[in-house]
Amino acid sequence: MKLKVLSYPYVVWIAVFIVVPLALVLLYSFTDGDLEDLNFTISNFRKFLDSKYLNVLWISVKLALESTVLTLILGYPVALIIAKEKPSKRNTMIFLFVMPMWMNFLLRTYAWLTLLGKNGVINFIIEFLGFKPLDLLYNDGAVLLGMIYNFLPFMVLPIYSVLVKIDNSLIESAEDLGANKFQIFTRIILPLSIPGIITGITMVFMPAVSTFVISRLLGGGQYMLIGNLIEQQFLWVGDWHFGSAISIIMMVFILITMAITSKFDTQKEGSGGLW
Amino acid sequence: MEKNCIIDLKSISKEYDGVKVLDNLNLYVRKNEFLTLLGPSGCGKTTTLRIIGGFEQPTEGKVIFEGKDITNVPPYKRQINTVFQKYALFPHMNVFENVAFGLNIKRLPKDEISRRVSEMLRLVNLQGFEKRSIQSLSGGQQQRVAIARALVNEPKVLLLDEPLGALDLKLRKEMQTELKNMQKRVGITFIYVTHDQEEALTMSDTVVVMDKGVIQQIGTPVDIYNEPKNAFVARFIGESNIVDGIMHEDFVVEFAGKVFKCVDKGFAKGEKIDVVIRPEDLEITTPEEGQFTGVVSSVTFKGVHYEMIVSNGKADWKIHSTIMKPVGTEIGMRVAPENIHVMKKVKER
Repeated sequence: MKLKVLSYPYVVWIAVFIVVPLALVLLYSFTDGDLEDLNFTISNFRKFLDSKYLNVLWISVKLALESTVLTLILGYPVALIIAKEKPSKRNTMIFLFVMPMWMNFLLRTYAWLTLLGKNGVINFIIEFLGFKPLDLLYNDGAVLLGMIYNFLPFMVLPIYSVLVKIDNSLIESAEDLGANKFQIFTRIILPLSIPGIITGITMVFMPAVSTFVISRLLGGGQYMLIGNLIEQQFLWVGDWHFGSAISIIMMVFILITMAITSKFDTQKEGSGGLW
Repeated sequence: MEKNCIIDLKSISKEYDGVKVLDNLNLYVRKNEFLTLLGPSGCGKTTTLRIIGGFEQPTEGKVIFEGKDITNVPPYKRQINTVFQKYALFPHMNVFENVAFGLNIKRLPKDEISRRVSEMLRLVNLQGFEKRSIQSLSGGQQQRVAIARALVNEPKVLLLDEPLGALDLKLRKEMQTELKNMQKRVGITFIYVTHDQEEALTMSDTVVVMDKGVIQQIGTPVDIYNEPKNAFVARFIGESNIVDGIMHEDFVVEFAGKVFKCVDKGFAKGEKIDVVIRPEDLEITTPEEGQFTGVVSSVTFKGVHYEMIVSNGKADWKIHSTIMKPVGTEIGMRVAPENIHVMKKVKER
């Protein structure tokens, strides 16, 4: 096949930017010492078993799960409402929904600082109304809010695109066979939208569990998620070996989570998931 | 209205964005009959079906079901089930689950559900297919699942929206016979929508011919074919020669430059009318014996018969005959008085 030639640049790209870095991370995680003098060891992984690191992992996973569940609860109805609209209105609504994503991710998150801060917009209104200002920033709630805000479109879009493809005659035939609105939802719409839900969960959970920007900005300097831990090891502590080990642990963790999620995807064909 | 009437549509009109799709439609459907709504696409037949099914609300008029007004009753509360054009089977369920859907909704006991489902699958010749996924079935099999899924609920009326449209010719013929037999066996009223006139004539007890949202004719297949009410019906059902004519007096009509005896009456003297003659009703004779003559301009072999186009200067006549006359031959044509159908001219709308 001559067309194979066309894939060579991509193969190079994968090699340089994905395979080599991954191999390096893997190498670093199982070694210690300087580059000239690498020794094989699993001490980096053993180090992670310390309760303070496990706790960071636990908090990250918990927060990622919370934001995934919340985006799902918030996003599904949104997707459903948009999918039910007339095609012309639908596109406008999706457009409005996606528009904030054109803005830089950092800027969007910074915007929340101005909104939530001690002298921020919300507290200004609260004080104006005669109440005491609240501590809105630098806590779990602020980080969770930031994640939901940033990742909601990633939940809505895949679910929407699955819902919009459900043939209306399926809904009509369910109605014809005696199903009321609620039964149509639980027995037809929900099961048929599972591929979209799986994709949505994947697309929210993965960035949520590894984020370090949202937690740094909205959680404050002391806020530690696994992403921050890795960042810290590489940039401040300078322990690339331990940082790589944590990265590998997190990668394995994500892979396991995704494998479990995909088990729920009973529909083999037309699945938009990663598996 | 008749006692055994099950559905009665009273002055139904339907508009979409100001465009009239159905115009003052009146129709009653008898119990246990096989009624077909026949017409070209866009004639309003599917809309009529969807109004009976409850998926559309008429702009005006009432739907009476067994004497009760059900115009505003939602589909899931009607004792009517539908077989959709593209079957609309649930892709995430297997054959059994699809057929059992309606019974599950009614929360019937498990053993009754499985008994009725397997009974129904036997009726549609799909026993042993319970665990199969919908995607693994052929078009004909999916069709049967769709019918079983509707019939298992024991509806009083089954609506079928061009259910055989997606099947190939051979399968379609088989399913036509099968559907008709099924209808006789279960004794349920079938309302069938199609644009295929042959299908309508083969299966129906009553055919309703529709065009532009208006019923053109209601009758048995034989009536519709032999006594079309107007040129549209004649043209739509079977093949026909339609020519201009003048009614001289009762039982006397002039067309093709000649005067003929016919069996029609009740027209004004000298009224301009349409004359319809079926191609198989034109008899080929020698030029001397013919009532009128013409020259064969084309011959096509159609299997059972030859189709010849005979031109006599004024019009082209289509003749179906087992006798073949070569192109260029002058022939005579005869037509029996009862085979001349005189129709009022319909104002072109």
